[in-house]
Amino acid sequence: MEYIIIIISAIFVNNIVLNKFLGICPFIGVSGKVETSVGMSGAVLFVMTIATLVTYLIQNYILTPFGIGYMQTITFILVIASLVQLVEIILKKVSPSLYQALGIFLPLITTNCAVLGVAIMAGQQDLNLMESIVFAIANSIGFGLALILFAGLREHLDLADVPRPMKGVPIAFVVAGLLAMAFMGFAGIV
Amino acid sequence: MAKKESNLKNMLIALIAITLIASASLGGIYELTKEPIAAAKLEKKNNAIRQVIPEFDNSPTSEVYKQAVDGDTIYFYPGTMGDEPVGTAVETYSMLGFSGEIKVMVGFLPDGTINDVAVLEHEETPGLGDKMERKKSEWSLQFQGKNPESFRLSVKKDGGDVDAITASTISSRAFCDAVTRAYNTYKEINKK
Amino acid sequence: MDQLKNFTKGFIKENPVFALFLGLCPTLGVTTTAINGMGMGLATTFVLLMSNIVVALIKNFIPDKVRIPSFIVIIASFVTIVELTMQAYLPSLFEALGLFIPLIVVNCLVLGRAEAFASKNNLLSSAIDGLGMGLGFTFALTLLGAVREILGSGSIFGLKFIAGDGMLIFILSPGAFIALGYLIVIVNKLSKKGA
Repeated sequence: MEYIIIIISAIFVNNIVLNKFLGICPFIGVSGKVETSVGMSGAVLFVMTIATLVTYLIQNYILTPFGIGYMQTITFILVIASLVQLVEIILKKVSPSLYQALGIFLPLITTNCAVLGVAIMAGQQDLNLMESIVFAIANSIGFGLALILFAGLREHLDLADVPRPMKGVPIAFVVAGLLAMAFMGFAGIV
Repeated sequence: MAKKESNLKNMLIALIAITLIASASLGGIYELTKEPIAAAKLEKKNNAIRQVIPEFDNSPTSEVYKQAVDGDTIYFYPGTMGDEPVGTAVETYSMLGFSGEIKVMVGFLPDGTINDVAVLEHEETPGLGDKMERKKSEWSLQFQGKNPESFRLSVKKDGGDVDAITASTISSRAFCDAVTRAYNTYKEINKK
Repeated sequence: MDQLKNFTKGFIKENPVFALFLGLCPTLGVTTTAINGMGMGLATTFVLLMSNIVVALIKNFIPDKVRIPSFIVIIASFVTIVELTMQAYLPSLFEALGLFIPLIVVNCLVLGRAEAFASKNNLLSSAIDGLGMGLGFTFALTLLGAVREILGSGSIFGLKFIAGDGMLIFILSPGAFIALGYLIVIVNKLSKKGA
């Protein structure tokens, strides 16, 4: 039952992009097309889940017992950076076409505040190992949901008659705000 | 200006050197800031305690005792003036907030009357649920001087005596839940 | 480029938020008030300045293949220093900024400047670049924070000028997006007029 609450909260009520403002850079940068958004979401799902798992172990078996909690930022970001390198290497071998499609966005997952953010939040909310994994998976689904919805909206926007100064990023932000407003309707479910 | 060659030895030396220097500096800063950080945290707690119970001259935080309730913990900070107990500040919580957990500090006089309340943490909606904060509205003043034996700690809609915040019944209910939890635990402990 | 241009480019022409679209997460996340925006901006400026200086100093000792992880460790260290110092001496600002303080380490602005500028330029230029970009970032955040605070709470820097609440949507999530969208248009329009 707890897991359902974690999942609904992470995907809808406290959506990582639209509510917590994490992962905005790829949100604006990748959401031009629905295809790239799907690919990015998959990569984020993988990295976020494993990163949260590994950082959970580091936090609970190394940082806290040895009283070096202040090393959290450094160790967490190094874990994430290494994981992204790993994903790059694996992807190059296993699916070169997806690797090409993601291009520059793959190494950019390292600077995706959503990944680091989720890892830190899981620790702050005192979740156990299983709950942290569920939390990470749910958050990446929320990220993917926001990203793909937004990409769909942007593809339509490209064909709309937008005033010239607002074309591109500004109108994208305003539309993102409206999407965020829609998601606010989920508040209070959990 | 030639960069160092990227062979394994150089890479390892560079990374290890940087990490060692970084860790050492951070360790140093950590030691330097440890006390001010602890002092700041304590000050915040003391401010909340000072707000909810009458004047005291002891250090409630060093006489704290706690009780496990409903899966979480409630903390009791007793205040005394001289040798006379003046009240107990109870750090309580409720998971029923609109946006999650809320933490409240309730000050009880020795006879069980509520002296005052203060919100410690919440994520309720600005302009609605956040009116439970004293600096946002006077809503929480209604708890002052009330004794839960005669003042029913639930919103009027649920048959109680508490005026809910307009359009924020859920936040108001959560607040009542927190105060009730504090009172019930307080009564239970003082029976002993 | 001459140092004056180096310093001022971060304010309008190459403003990290309005022109380069870097560092957007904290821009949206903490700008519920002008003071929070300013605090975050200054904290980021400190990290940016210090990491640019360190990277420029030791860039010749870092083999090319490990430069990104090295930059990250350097940046993360300064972020932790900011974290600890703020927690000790500015606890209310620390609580207001919350999760976004450790997130300075993944602020694409900081890593971006280290990679694009500090690793290729001398100490003085890198320091001034860091300072200028950081202050430009602070300007953007303070401006957005001020707009959201005025419209959403009817106050500026904590001083209220109306009784009661403003248009609350602006201190909530959607308002951040919408306010930033319009602000980008306005700032860019104004800067083009002056240029």
